Amino acid sequence: MSTARADILGNIRRSLGVDGNERIRLAQVEDRLERSPRGVIPARGQLEPEARVALFKDRAEAVQATVDHLARLEDIPVAIAAHLRNSNLPAELRIGADALLTGLDWDKTAIRVSRGPSDGRDLVAVSHAIAGVAETGTLVLTSGQDNPTTLNFLPDTHIVVVKAVDIAADYEAVWARLRHSYGKGVMPRTVNYVTGPSRSADIEQKLQLGAHGPRNLHILIVG
Amino acid sequence: MSVQSTSHDFKNNTHRALGDVKLQQAMGFVRVGFIEKRAAAAARLPEFEALRDSAREIKTHTLKHLDLYLERYEEKVTESGGKVHYARDAEEARAVILDICKSVNARIVTKGKSMVAEEIGLNAHLEAHGLVPVETDLGEYIIQLRGEMPSHIIAPAVHVTQGQVEAEFRRVHTHLDPGRDLSEPSSLLAEARGVLRDRFLAADVGITGANFLVAETGTSIIVTNEGNGDLTQTLPKVHIVIASIEKVVPTLEDASQILRVLARSATGQDMSVYTTFSTGPRRADDPDGPGQYHVVILDNGRSAMLGGQFEDMLRCIRCGACMNHCPVYHAIGGHAYGWVYPGPMGAVLTPSLIGVDKAGHLPNASTFCGRCENVCPMRIPLPRMMRNWREKEFERHLSPAVARFGLGAWAFLARRPWLYSLAMRPAIWAMARMGARKGRFSFLPLAGGWTKYRDLAAPEGETFQARFRRQRSGR
Repeated sequence: MSTARADILGNIRRSLGVDGNERIRLAQVEDRLERSPRGVIPARGQLEPEARVALFKDRAEAVQATVDHLARLEDIPVAIAAHLRNSNLPAELRIGADALLTGLDWDKTAIRVSRGPSDGRDLVAVSHAIAGVAETGTLVLTSGQDNPTTLNFLPDTHIVVVKAVDIAADYEAVWARLRHSYGKGVMPRTVNYVTGPSRSADIEQKLQLGAHGPRNLHILIVG
Repeated sequence: MSVQSTSHDFKNNTHRALGDVKLQQAMGFVRVGFIEKRAAAAARLPEFEALRDSAREIKTHTLKHLDLYLERYEEKVTESGGKVHYARDAEEARAVILDICKSVNARIVTKGKSMVAEEIGLNAHLEAHGLVPVETDLGEYIIQLRGEMPSHIIAPAVHVTQGQVEAEFRRVHTHLDPGRDLSEPSSLLAEARGVLRDRFLAADVGITGANFLVAETGTSIIVTNEGNGDLTQTLPKVHIVIASIEKVVPTLEDASQILRVLARSATGQDMSVYTTFSTGPRRADDPDGPGQYHVVILDNGRSAMLGGQFEDMLRCIRCGACMNHCPVYHAIGGHAYGWVYPGPMGAVLTPSLIGVDKAGHLPNASTFCGRCENVCPMRIPLPRMMRNWREKEFERHLSPAVARFGLGAWAFLARRPWLYSLAMRPAIWAMARMGARKGRFSFLPLAGGWTKYRDLAAPEGETFQARFRRQRSGR
């Protein structure tokens, strides 16, 4: 045990007047970690599925994301091709190994698809979000082969696919889902909550989009 | 030793600030934008006040069990393959970070915005040892070029005008066309994006702060709008998190409660653009992310604040709402406070961290209007704690002799009501006679400090107590 560690914990205990072995304190800590109480949840997101998706779209657009709602997964390549054309972007993009994205029939468009993490030279990347949060129009992405984290930040334009059924009311619902898939107390290396495209107001408080992350965030809700 | 302070020279600092035309121009943007945006964001969420209570209770609970949550946090970080380092003070923290950088032969070190890194004077230390620290938050980048400290905890370059940013970019970015157009904020931002993108890709180590550390999972959380923190912690082979002991919260749910009041209080956003949860280094099948993940946990005087008068200050989540709403901060900006943390939160925290002997003036920089406490998402009783510091300053004989004599004389009178009214009656009567014509004084002996800047209203001839008695008996 390092001296710094022992000293700091010792100082904390001295200030609090405890020794760290009090059974009540230990139990209170265990209890909170075990139960993870939800606290105050805004009513705003507590809606029926259809209204929830509408709220998600509304909130995402309020923070300068653009949103398309598609009926079927098969519609994604054509919708993306149209978006690239309308945005004057070349028909090139990068994806990870996500089965939803690799399984699409990109060949029916002129888009050239490359795979893997970004080295900073890609203009456009497409990711698959594990969830959306209606409350604030937030996307939730997790790291890994399927959706490399660099795709969320390096390209100029980030296109994110989220299934309508994956749009949750609140952040707490997302944590419950993650615990279910990863186990309690375990997290993927990175979880990114993304709410709109990158921005800065550091110069005279004037809002500018496209600071260091993507200048454009385009969301495809599917289903 | 933490980064050097000029807080002892607060009086001269404020005089300089009040006369600084550029600063006064820049501070105009604070007075309007932040206040309106926060009010609108709070009004949009009916549960906002209830969430403030919830956030306060979470932090209060955590601080009472801080030793246990820190131990659990460390355990979870270790489990996920990361390493926790403890640092008692700034010097230890700098040494730990430098060692990690040296262990991978680092040269370029990118940095996300971190107030704790400012507190320990990290950049100067890395530079002194041959490394190249690069601030990547636009505001931090601007002040790094200007060789300044942040003047606001979330908008570090809030004191800088657009024209000054342009001048700085032209001075430093000499590899770019001197004839380029930088007349718009958007062109300045685009230029910074281009220059810093190369740095992100070249960096060996990335250093970020943390808004929260989650005990349940061993996760560090950063909140940014630019995405600079994410590029800082994703691209280099080593990610170092520097955070102070009070950043721990128990669970992801607890962090989510506080996140709901953080951005709304800070910038008036419902949610900042990027909220990132990092747990350990790159996993076996990860195609990107850092190979090493270190967390440096800094005390630097905070553990001594627990259990005392200033414990509430450790709930602070560094949103900046207190300074955005502070008339004193609006008038003098952040640099006058002389150290890393300005505004009301700085006036309370700075004496705790560097000593009331060095920063005793700061708690006097308040009109006690109470707006800071009204808007603090964590409901920290800032005015009460500034009063506590004033008392300590007085007790320790740190205030000037004249002020002590004046306060002593007043206290003597105030504790003897009969003597007080005996002394006041003729004084008020005389002042009323003298000031009757103009209704105010533009000069008064012994009150030059007041009348130099504004007139003193003349009394009407009767003391408050006398009128109170008269009106009561007349009823």
